[in-house]
Amino acid sequence: MAEIEATTGGTLALALPFLAAAIAPIAKRFLGAHAAWLLALAPALAFAILFTFLPTVADGGVVQFGYDWIPAFDVRFSFRIDGLASTFGLLITGIGTLIVLYSGGYLKGHRDQGRFFSFILMFMGSMLGLVLADDLMTLFVYWELTSITSFLLIGFDHDRERARRGAIQALAITGGGGLALLAGFILIRELAGLNSMSEVLAAGDALRSSPAYTAIFVLVICGAFTKSAQMPFHVWLPNAMEAPTPVSAYLHSATMVKAGVYLLLRMQPALGETVLWTTVLPIFGAVTLVMGALLAVRATDIKITLAYTTVSSLGLLVMLIGVGTEAALIGAVLYLIAHSLFKGGLFMVAGSVDHGAHTRELDRLGGLARYMPITFTAALLCALSMGGITPFVGFLAKEEIYHALEHPDAWHVFLIAAAILGNALMFAAAFIVALKPFVGRLPETIHHPHEGGLTIWLGPLVLGVAGLVGALFSETYHHFFSGPMASSAIGAPAGIEISWVPHLNLAFALSLATIGLGILIYLASNAIRAATGRTLAAIGWGPDLGFDQAMRGLLRVSFIATRRLQSGRLDYYMTVTIAVITAGLLVPMIFAGALPSEPKVPELRFYEWIVLALILVGIVAVVIAKNRLTAIVSLGIQGFATALIFMLLGAPDLSFTQFMVETLSVVILALVMTRLRLSPADHRPWRETLPDAALATAGGAGFGLFLLSITQRPFDPVLSDFFERYSYAIAHGHNIVNVIIVDFRGVDTMGEIAVVMTTGLAVLALIRIRVGRRDRAPADPTETTP
Amino acid sequence: MRTIIFRFTAPYLTALMVLFSIFVLLRGHNDPGGGFIGGLIAASAFAIYGIACGVAAVRRALYFHPMAISAAGLLFAVVAGLLSIPAGTGFMTGLWIFPHVFGTELALSTPMLFDIGVYLVVVGGISSIALALEERESD
Repeated sequence: MAEIEATTGGTLALALPFLAAAIAPIAKRFLGAHAAWLLALAPALAFAILFTFLPTVADGGVVQFGYDWIPAFDVRFSFRIDGLASTFGLLITGIGTLIVLYSGGYLKGHRDQGRFFSFILMFMGSMLGLVLADDLMTLFVYWELTSITSFLLIGFDHDRERARRGAIQALAITGGGGLALLAGFILIRELAGLNSMSEVLAAGDALRSSPAYTAIFVLVICGAFTKSAQMPFHVWLPNAMEAPTPVSAYLHSATMVKAGVYLLLRMQPALGETVLWTTVLPIFGAVTLVMGALLAVRATDIKITLAYTTVSSLGLLVMLIGVGTEAALIGAVLYLIAHSLFKGGLFMVAGSVDHGAHTRELDRLGGLARYMPITFTAALLCALSMGGITPFVGFLAKEEIYHALEHPDAWHVFLIAAAILGNALMFAAAFIVALKPFVGRLPETIHHPHEGGLTIWLGPLVLGVAGLVGALFSETYHHFFSGPMASSAIGAPAGIEISWVPHLNLAFALSLATIGLGILIYLASNAIRAATGRTLAAIGWGPDLGFDQAMRGLLRVSFIATRRLQSGRLDYYMTVTIAVITAGLLVPMIFAGALPSEPKVPELRFYEWIVLALILVGIVAVVIAKNRLTAIVSLGIQGFATALIFMLLGAPDLSFTQFMVETLSVVILALVMTRLRLSPADHRPWRETLPDAALATAGGAGFGLFLLSITQRPFDPVLSDFFERYSYAIAHGHNIVNVIIVDFRGVDTMGEIAVVMTTGLAVLALIRIRVGRRDRAPADPTETTP
Repeated sequence: MRTIIFRFTAPYLTALMVLFSIFVLLRGHNDPGGGFIGGLIAASAFAIYGIACGVAAVRRALYFHPMAISAAGLLFAVVAGLLSIPAGTGFMTGLWIFPHVFGTELALSTPMLFDIGVYLVVVGGISSIALALEERESD
């Protein structure tokens, strides 16, 4: 196999979308909506780079490149471009270019258009990284990045409750699946010792024969099914329609939802062909296919219709991958590419209709063909491909699918029945979206329907035409795009011969039957819509509602737990914290017999005795102080004396810090006291202060004894020797303490200053809480209506 | 606490303390001192200034929001750690250069940048707390 190094090009292609995302807000500020043309250069250039790898990949070659990431754990930041990755990458960057342009027109004048560009380009970069990733951890990182960036995209209109809900739902479901995937990858790494996709694919039966196969299978499937919206995880996909249309056109055609399908295709040679695989996948797929298509016909919003057809298409793909024969995988690959093209186009059409007619409701649309001829043409091109009519790529896919499923046993009959029913429903859905709004009479509610600008109609038109060209020149199409992709999925070179010229065979007959059924459904769509609606109303419960119930349950549990654990009373927290620490110190010491022996009275100089006496005076003053301010200042005396001791014992750094901390604590404590408007003195009776005093004494005794027992052990000088020897030699610093803080243990310090800052933020937030609201108990979040 | 003497001396005291804090910060690598201590000194300087002349004056003098200063510090620290990656060494490996400025050899390094980051985080974090508390005193 010819393998070439392509580090520079590949890295550039991966980085370009992120770079563009970084400059997007600035570009938007200076160029307005025209920034789209500049920003679209990034995915276009990435597309061109991937294109240069195409000859290698088409000949069965693999392009690999990468960097070391965490060598200690064999984690690399590595990528691999084979047929599967290449075609996916081209779809992502190609459609991505059109989407960026489309967003330029669609969101023209939107306040946050720059931010939108940023989000969608970040998402694009994540998705590209996902399909090109070789190392499992790299793949996982990109996988979760797509979840996070899609969360940002779906919740883009964050002023709207429904958009926020859709975003959280998508994040919870796909992010949760991502965690399952992480567990699966860790199992693969730990039990099978395989760190990258290349190794997984080269390992043959290693995973299939592994005792952990079932666990790996379930975890990987969880990841794939949540991302690719299989029932019952599909709910996030239609709810993600709250996002602006360019997002739907991108996420739900070639990218986000295809990530799961990509993973299944990728893992098929290593995990597939087992009983588990060939049973579970087709069943979930078939159910998703039919249910999704039914719900698609039921919807009245054309965007929701398209969303459910996407669910349905994903079901079809999962079903085919589950069947796993060569023909089935070829069918899946052909359908995947076709679907990316026509679905991306149709979503953009839906956006254009919304843009031109200001509604997406089917019963308020009609007669737009005269006003929006280009959009209508694009819609028809895409719908014909989706309906599987020759000469479009959708036709090639459908023929291949039926060809793959034509076996005379009951299992295949079940699958083919599901495929025909699903495809017929999707056929109807395609024309509901692409024909209904354009024919008939223009409703009076639509004023001045109009075609969008160049950027609006360019995308759908290009994708529609691509679906036609791909089928007309099927040999080139198979050689460069579908062939290499199918070969990667099968794990052996695949020969695809299907062309747009129909042959009279069983598959074609089934195709005709599908179209016939599809036309019937289209004509009866109103009746079907009503019937499905009634059935759903009768059931009354669905996964969407289930999601809400689960979230409410989660909130409820955390609310109860919080109320138990967080009383909101400072004295309670202090008591619990000190009691636990004291018990942790004293109990092991007493029961393990590790109490320190009685210390000798050290020989101290007279001024050292004075300092010790100062500490005692400070403590006694705290205890007997008549008012709080005196107590705080007395505490400061004790602290200063301690700082003096540090100074005398030769730890100037420590002493210095102690002085400053003491000063600031006295100042801040005094400020807090005035702020809280406490009474100047503590008026609690003895029976309340006595337990506190006992606890404080016990705590002090615990710490004192603990420190004593530590100092009585032999001193291990390994660390101090090390720091003494190397502090100046390799870190150029004489002050060992400082060198440790900023250099040897710099990562610790980084964590600590992050904590300091977060604490500052938290304190600031606490101070800003209005006084009036402080006494009220927090509301039960589950009682508020969503 | 707003006596004439205090109000008159506080600005001088603050200026001196801030200067001293920077001195402590910069000498920290070889002598007692460092970003954390320096930060604490500067934070107490601003606290004193706030008590004497009011929070508004401190906020004007600081120009940036204390939390922004703190965030900038964290950014400095992270950047100091990341700089070693393009240099081909592990995260947070110290990098040193010794340029000659007016005949004096200066030791500049990523640990120093990191320490400045620590300084800013501490100044910003503590000052924002202290200032917020002082502000509340008056209402």
